[in-house]
Amino acid sequence: MAAPVKRWSCVGKRWVLAYIDGGSRHGRGAAIGFTSRRKRGQSSVAQQPLITAQKSRKGEHEWEAVVGLEIHAQISSNSKLFSGSQVHFAAPPNSLVSFFDASLPGTLPVLNRRCVEAAVMTGLALNCRINKKSLFDRKHYFYADLPAGYQITQQRLPIAVNGSLAYSVCVGKKPSQVSTKTVRIKQIQLEQDSGKSLHDEPRSQTLIDLNRAGVGLLEVVLEPDMSCGEEAASAVRELQLILQALGTSQANMAEGQLRVDANISVHHPGEPLGVRTEVKNLNSARFLAKAIDFEIERQIHELENGRKILNETRSFDYKLGCTMPMRDKEGKQDYRFMPEPNLPPLLLHDTASLPPGADPQQVINIDWIRERLPELPSETREKLIQQYGMLPEHSFALLNEVGLLEFFQNVIKETRAEPKKVTSWVLNIFLGFLKQQNLTVNESPVTPSALAELLNLLDRKAISSSAAKQVFEELWRSKGKTPSQIVSEKKLELMQDQEALERVCHTVMEGHPQVVMDVKRGNPRAINKLMGLVRKATLSRADPTVIKKILERKLSS
Amino acid sequence: MRARAVKLGLRSWVGWRRGFTSKADPQRSGRVTAEVIEHLERLALVDFGSQEAVARLEKAIAFADRLRAVDTDGVEPLESVLEDRCLYLRSDNVVEGNCAEVLLQNAHRVVEEYFVAPPGNISLPKQDEQEPFSHN
Repeated sequence: MAAPVKRWSCVGKRWVLAYIDGGSRHGRGAAIGFTSRRKRGQSSVAQQPLITAQKSRKGEHEWEAVVGLEIHAQISSNSKLFSGSQVHFAAPPNSLVSFFDASLPGTLPVLNRRCVEAAVMTGLALNCRINKKSLFDRKHYFYADLPAGYQITQQRLPIAVNGSLAYSVCVGKKPSQVSTKTVRIKQIQLEQDSGKSLHDEPRSQTLIDLNRAGVGLLEVVLEPDMSCGEEAASAVRELQLILQALGTSQANMAEGQLRVDANISVHHPGEPLGVRTEVKNLNSARFLAKAIDFEIERQIHELENGRKILNETRSFDYKLGCTMPMRDKEGKQDYRFMPEPNLPPLLLHDTASLPPGADPQQVINIDWIRERLPELPSETREKLIQQYGMLPEHSFALLNEVGLLEFFQNVIKETRAEPKKVTSWVLNIFLGFLKQQNLTVNESPVTPSALAELLNLLDRKAISSSAAKQVFEELWRSKGKTPSQIVSEKKLELMQDQEALERVCHTVMEGHPQVVMDVKRGNPRAINKLMGLVRKATLSRADPTVIKKILERKLSS
Repeated sequence: MRARAVKLGLRSWVGWRRGFTSKADPQRSGRVTAEVIEHLERLALVDFGSQEAVARLEKAIAFADRLRAVDTDGVEPLESVLEDRCLYLRSDNVVEGNCAEVLLQNAHRVVEEYFVAPPGNISLPKQDEQEPFSHN
C-alpha cells in the first residue's frame, strides 16, 4: 500500500492540498487518482471530496479553479443547415454531400427553417433572450475538412443570449445530499459542422469524408461559473437531457452529436483570474470530469513549481489520462471574421410583430414556439416528486436512463401497488439487473406489464417479498411466462390458511422449548430464531409479519 | 483673385487631408510593414510577390481611408447590401446529395471514395527561408 500522498483535491469550491491515502503518483502517464465511484444516476465519473478540510493547511495553498464550456450539439434535422443533403450518422463516405457542402464555385447557402426553430426552442428552454435580428459571419481557417476555407457561424450577433442552466451536484457522501447550481449561458449560435478527417499515419495522408460538412450545430457557450470537473459534467448532463426532451438534438456523445471544449484556469481566491488553457474535443461523458480535473491539477502543479501556464490548446489523451498540447496549432489563430455576404440578417417575430399577410412558411413566431415547448426535465422531476412523493435523487435516477421513466410510468398505470414500492423495485431491482447484464431498458426481457402483475401479487400479499424476488429472477431468465404462472409452478404462494400456520407455529414452539424460554426471559433476538424456524418449516411460504404476530400472541399467553 | 482663392482652397484641403492622416494611427505613415505582409500571407495564403504589390495595397488602403472623413455619428453601420431582403427559409427536406462519384472526379487523389489530403496543414516556410521578393 503506497504511503499517503499529498494531492490537490476539491473541497466545495476550493482546491486544497491534502493527504490522500494510497493513490498513484502524480506524473505523466499515470492515471490521476481521484477515486471514481460510479453513482447510479450519474453517467460521468463523479468526483469525491476526498479528505476533510481539517487536514489541509488553510489559506496558504488554496486555489480556485474556473471552468467555462463551449458545447457543440448537432441539430436533429433531416437536412443540413444551408443545403438539402441528408443528415445521417453512418453512410458511405461522401454520399451525403451536395455541391454547396463540397464548396464548389457558384453555390450559395439556403437556411434550413427547422434549424432556426431548434435554436429558438433551445434558447427559450435555457431562459435566453432571443435576438429578433441575428447575423451570419464567416470564420476563416485552413483545414482539409473545411472545403470552403471558412465556417459560417454567428459571431457578432447570435440568435440567443444571456440565459441560464440549473443543474444538481452532490455536496456530500450520501446521494441525498444534492444542491442546485446555476451556470450562466453567454450565447447560443447556429453554425456549420466540418467534415471528418481520418488520419492515416503510416501512409502520411488524411482521408476526408464530407458527409458531416454543413450539418447544423448549436453552439452553447457557458460562462466560467463552474469550478471543477464534476460541476461541468453535471451541467453537460442536464443540457443533454434538455436537448433530448426538446428533440432539438439527440445529444449522443458517443455518436459525436455532442462535443465539449473546456476553458480552464486557476487562481488564488481574491486574486485576478489566471491564464487559461483550452481543452478540446472532450467527447466522452465518462472522461469529461476526469480531463477537466487533470488539467486543473496540472495547472496548480505548474504554478506551485514556479512555472507559467501557456495560453494554449490541449487535447485529452484517454488512454494516458492526461492533457497534451495539440499539434498543428501555431500561435493564436486569427479567424478574420467578416459578415457572410450571401445571407441577409435573420429576422424573427413574435405575435405582436407578425407582418400581416405573411407566408407562414417564411415567418418564425417566437411566441408560437414558446407555447409549444415540451416539458423540460426539471418540470418532469418536480411532477414525479409531487405526484408520487418521490425523493429528488430518485427522480434524477429515473430520468437518467433512457426509457426508464416510460417504463416506470407504464408499471404505475397497471399496478395497484404503492408508488414508493414501484419506485424502489424499478430503481433497485430492475435497474440492477439491467446494469449487471449491460442492457438498455428497451432490451429488457421483463415488460412493464409483467412487473406490474408481480407487484400486484405482492401487494395482495399473495406472495412474500423474497418470493417476489425469485419470481423476478425467473421472469428475467425465461421469457413468455407470466408471474402468476411462475408462482404456481414454483409453489411460491403464501400460505393463506391461518389455522395451518398456527399449527406450524405451535409445532415449532413445542420442538424448541429452550428458545421459547429465551424469548420469555427477554432475549430480543430469540424471537427471530423462532421466526426463522417457522419460515423454514413453511418453506418460506408464510408472511413474516403474520408469523411474528402469531408467535407473539402464543408467547404472551 | 480667383487664382488665390483657389490656391487657398487647395491648401486648406491638403492641410485638412494631411491633418486627417496624421490623426490616424501611427502605422498609417502609409507603409505596410513586412511583418504585417507575412502575417497576411500566412492567414490568407496569398502571395504578395513583389514590392509593387505591397505599394498597390498601400494605395488601396489610403483610398478606402477617405471613408473615415464622413461623419457617421448616430448612423447604423451597413452590414450587408442585402439588409432589406428577406432571408429565405427552406423546408427541412432532403433534396440533394448522393453524387459522390461526380464530386470525387474533381479530386486530385482519391482512396476508396475518400478525398485524400496531406496529414496536416503544411506551414508556409518562415520569412528567412522564403525567396525574398525584389525590392525596388
